[in-house]
Amino acid sequence: MQAFNTQLNYQNPSIEGYYGEFGGAYIPEMLFKNVETLKAEYLKIMQDPTFIAEVDALLKDYVGRPTPLFYAERLSKEIGANIYLKREDLCHTGAHKINNTIGQIVLAKRLGKTKIIAETGAGQHGVATATVCALKGMECVVYMGEKDIERQAPNVARMKMLGATVVPATSGSKTLKDATNEAIRAWINEPNETHYIIGSVVGPHPYPDMVARFQSVISKEMRLQLKEKLGNELPTHVVACVGGGSNAAGAFYHFLNEPTVALVAVEAAGHGVHSGLSAATTQLGTHGILHGSKSIVMQTSDGQVVEPHSISAGLDYPGIGPLHAFLYESKRGTFLSATDEEALASAFHISQIEGIIPALETAHAFSVLPKLGLKPTDVVVVCLSGRGDKDLATYMEHL
Amino acid sequence: MSRLENLFKAQSKRVLNVYCTAGYPNLNSTLQIMESLQENGANIIELGMPYSDPLADGEVIQSSSLHALSNGMTLQVLFEQLSEMRKTIHIPVVLMGYMNPILQYGFEAFCARAKEVGVDGLILPDLPLYEFENIYGKTIKDNGLDFIFLVTPETPEQRLRKLDSLSSGFLYAVSSSATTGKDKDFSQVALYLKRLQQMNLKNPILVGFGIKDKQSFDAVNEFTHGAIIGSAYINALSKGDNVGVTTKQFLNGVLGN
Repeated sequence: MQAFNTQLNYQNPSIEGYYGEFGGAYIPEMLFKNVETLKAEYLKIMQDPTFIAEVDALLKDYVGRPTPLFYAERLSKEIGANIYLKREDLCHTGAHKINNTIGQIVLAKRLGKTKIIAETGAGQHGVATATVCALKGMECVVYMGEKDIERQAPNVARMKMLGATVVPATSGSKTLKDATNEAIRAWINEPNETHYIIGSVVGPHPYPDMVARFQSVISKEMRLQLKEKLGNELPTHVVACVGGGSNAAGAFYHFLNEPTVALVAVEAAGHGVHSGLSAATTQLGTHGILHGSKSIVMQTSDGQVVEPHSISAGLDYPGIGPLHAFLYESKRGTFLSATDEEALASAFHISQIEGIIPALETAHAFSVLPKLGLKPTDVVVVCLSGRGDKDLATYMEHL
Repeated sequence: MSRLENLFKAQSKRVLNVYCTAGYPNLNSTLQIMESLQENGANIIELGMPYSDPLADGEVIQSSSLHALSNGMTLQVLFEQLSEMRKTIHIPVVLMGYMNPILQYGFEAFCARAKEVGVDGLILPDLPLYEFENIYGKTIKDNGLDFIFLVTPETPEQRLRKLDSLSSGFLYAVSSSATTGKDKDFSQVALYLKRLQQMNLKNPILVGFGIKDKQSFDAVNEFTHGAIIGSAYINALSKGDNVGVTTKQFLNGVLGN
């Protein structure tokens, strides 16, 4: 099959949204106008100095950016390399997700939209969306898998307290994939007044690029902070967990075109990559189309999307953003995985040696550090994408 | 001349296209339903290829798709079921579905097999214009299959003309920006259909989405060549015990026989 974008340009997909052969906008005509408007406007709006100023001010005073880059001394000693933690867990609402929702709500206002819809898995993106909707006085409806509503009760309560309506997705696996289907469907039914805030670097073009750009503040700050601390803005490794891949896209973004920086993406292996209960998309998936873009998708030989499994709702997704599919296939990125058990062990270990309780998603990223063959001179930044408060119910079962 | 072309040459009004999901309600009911639709006055059969994540469809059709998948429907099975359909089915048959299962089957192999069993055309709502023009369109045309694009009230005129020029068989007018199975206000729809009528398009127009009974069928026929009924028929099938009886009653109702 012909590739649409053969240049190794990781930061800029083609005009039609392709990274290599991945991406595009495989959407029904009913979404054409909305997606076309977004495609025509997003870069213009995002480059407008008044937009940049408005978003930057919110990121600083409301989200609490820049987030610290913390030298994890005990972890560094143990691993035998210099490990820095990018503290996205200290963002308002507890994860990196709000970097994107702040950007998109300001953009939605400029597009004249009055209503916001979103999908959520672990609930972090739902909370981040409900938060910015409250901030900007917009109506907010969040679609969430019925199964996730049960296992992420505190985040459901947060969304409701923030004034959002939470709609259960009851079809299929009743998780993130189905919540995304419902959100897209709702968007088709009310396209004119509604903006859909997708929470990850997935979906039809321009979403993967737009979300990556809003999250790229993570790596922009990393470079400045490394320069300040070490006099060199380039680490040897950046490590992040990947479900759809938004925190990884943000953490990698300003290093994508720096070939000396190893980009390590960690997927959820569930009970084990080949256990039949896994969400390690690059290991188990094949080329396919899911939620409007061509990427790597976990599916049957008949092209039906399969139900993934991960202990962390945020990584429980059978696809991966097209940028990551391209990083995987071009070998620019290293894709590893961690099991439920390894992630749990890491969550407890990091809590006890660094005093930071990470989200289950983030815990996957820590699990691979001993496997990277790191040297004492290596400088590794782990994107600590979220805090573990929302996962306490799971952690309590293992105390 | 293609079957669809012949049909619209012979009949310029009240063309009825009925959608059914392959493998629903039973794995082997596909052909029986098609025969029953033909016998009771349907002019075109739109056969849905079930997919796990059908974005453009509403709950009713999604639920029938998931049901069909759990019955064991796959593209392989479907083509086996259709391999001898042209012994009994003489009206046009178009396949409707999503790109992902087709890519897994192999796009070229899919088009070739569709042609071989006697399928007339394809409706693939998530195949975008750009990809159609640059990759897939040629394979579709090379296999002699008609390709039917969707247009909506929001489709800009220039794009609409382009979609019309690339379509053959007919053009699928979505009555509003909505997934299938949603009720619509026909006075608004009428304005849109009038506009389409005045555009002098190359293809005949069938209206889909929101057509469910004689009243709604009659209403759109004032402005177009006919209509597509999907969710309402699937609903009827889900309630009836006997596929033949249900189909006869349903089509008699819509056609006013």
